Amino acid sequence: MTMSAVPVAVDHAAGKSRIELKNVSRGFGEEWAREEVVQNLTFEIKPGDLTCIVGPSGCGKSTIVNLVAGYDAPESGEILLNGQRITGPGKDRMVVFQETALMPWQTTFDNVVFGPRLRGEGARADVDREAHRLLEKVGLGDFKKKFPSQLSGGMQRRAELARALINKPLLLIMDEPFRGLDAMSRPLMQEFFLRLFEENRRTNLFVTSEIEEAIFLADRLVILSNRPAQVRAIIEIPLPRPRQFHMMNSPEVFEIKRQALEILHDEAMKSFGGTINVGARHAGGAEARP
Amino acid sequence: MSAIAHDVHAGGHSPAPRRQPTGFGMLLYRMKKGLGSSTPYLMMLGVAFWIFAYWLLCEGLSLPRFEKIPGPVTLLSDWLSATPQQGTSIYTPDYYQHIWVSCRRIVIAFLLATALGVPLGLLMGWSRKVKDFTFPLFETLRPIPIMAWVPLAILMFAGYETPVIFLATLASFFATTLNTMLGVQSIDESYFRAAGCLGSRKRDVFWNVVVPGAMPYIFTGLQISIGVAWFSLVAAEMVSGDYGLGYLILSSYVNSVTVPMVIGMLTLGFVGWFSSAIVRFVGNRLMQWHVKALAMQGR
Repeated sequence: MTMSAVPVAVDHAAGKSRIELKNVSRGFGEEWAREEVVQNLTFEIKPGDLTCIVGPSGCGKSTIVNLVAGYDAPESGEILLNGQRITGPGKDRMVVFQETALMPWQTTFDNVVFGPRLRGEGARADVDREAHRLLEKVGLGDFKKKFPSQLSGGMQRRAELARALINKPLLLIMDEPFRGLDAMSRPLMQEFFLRLFEENRRTNLFVTSEIEEAIFLADRLVILSNRPAQVRAIIEIPLPRPRQFHMMNSPEVFEIKRQALEILHDEAMKSFGGTINVGARHAGGAEARP
Repeated sequence: MSAIAHDVHAGGHSPAPRRQPTGFGMLLYRMKKGLGSSTPYLMMLGVAFWIFAYWLLCEGLSLPRFEKIPGPVTLLSDWLSATPQQGTSIYTPDYYQHIWVSCRRIVIAFLLATALGVPLGLLMGWSRKVKDFTFPLFETLRPIPIMAWVPLAILMFAGYETPVIFLATLASFFATTLNTMLGVQSIDESYFRAAGCLGSRKRDVFWNVVVPGAMPYIFTGLQISIGVAWFSLVAAEMVSGDYGLGYLILSSYVNSVTVPMVIGMLTLGFVGWFSSAIVRFVGNRLMQWHVKALAMQGR
């Protein structure tokens, strides 16, 4: 694959920052019942890139999110944000969660201003103005006073995006953010999110289990192996930006999809423990887990 | 970007919606809507049915074992009489003295139990250390029936008032504390994580996540707690007391006047219902978000 993204210099203010994972390992359980979830994971997210992590379900994607977000610490190896080691959660890395994590007891508006207000940053009027601007931008101008339960799934995701963006994070971490949305709003959200990303290209770590979504959104795919998660392949997506849905019909995309699916299928088969044999093509990939 | 805004502004050609009525108009609207549903009629029918069954047992057929129990006609004629044959009616000041004393004890006990139980429950749910420190003792004391505390309460506290309030507080306290603790534990981890990456300090997490997140459970706890407060209050008043509805019931029984006994019971029912309604009302006022979330589920 060819590299298409123009290298961008590290630019803190615009959220264009570099993330490096170096030999990161994390396991759980007692010594006699160890389960390695992430093992010697090494990859890099370039400034201003949207990197999609794709892997079979249960491969440890959420653990990687927790490590990068700082909710959890690696047992060995290190994670660097612009050369600085990550030691805990912070406002420089905002997470948009799988299920909505908007505070149900706060209105949409209060949710958005929650971070800056708590940290006491900026004049209240400035924070409020920025919140109004972001909410208009994500199409929730009429829903500022509603509670999250009164919003649809897609609106909740957009409100969460606004809540993350108001903190001007260096990195946006999205953990399967569109999972659970219906077939109508999912592509709408993907497109909406793309326009938002392409506006200022804030470095983004996007976790998904949908390969089409990953190819449509990402500059690079990092394909993970079955547990313990290791990098199986890194695929550059040479599609130009702004991305359009019709680009998904190009032969290039089909080729990328074919490759990625083949790797993913091999890995997914491993989670069955090699007990079933589906077609000779993938027989080589099906090996028993320890 | 604009494509996404479509679902927001759906509709458009429908007739102008009616304005929300205010004040008296709202009351009329609610009444009209209420009378249009089956609810008020079913309620009246239900009440009438049970009163009829009660009348049939005691006065209509006056079955054996029921003939000594005052039926609805005897009861009401005495309850509403200016010169009650058995000494208690809505015209006797003693009746209000009993109600007032019981209510005052409940208010004191309930407020004390809430003031102690909610903070303790919040801390127990939030901090592993506080829970480790208090939970074994808490769980040992909690299953002890309130009646088992009566002798100890009488030994510990002087007079009529304090032992009764202590017993009601104790029962109420356990219900409130346990529910509050469970409320904190029920809060989804993702809210703590979101607060964490938004840069909250521990104190902020406590006030912005722990307290509001536990609120629905706290108010469930408070409703249970005011119920058990009444329960243990009456039990305590029967053992030790000079006034109060529990005292009225037992002393009437001892003096073989059955009408005031039943008046006391029914009054307890109404006052208890009213007190739970107040707690529910305050809860709904404080948790508009929760009311709206339930409304979205059609409840």
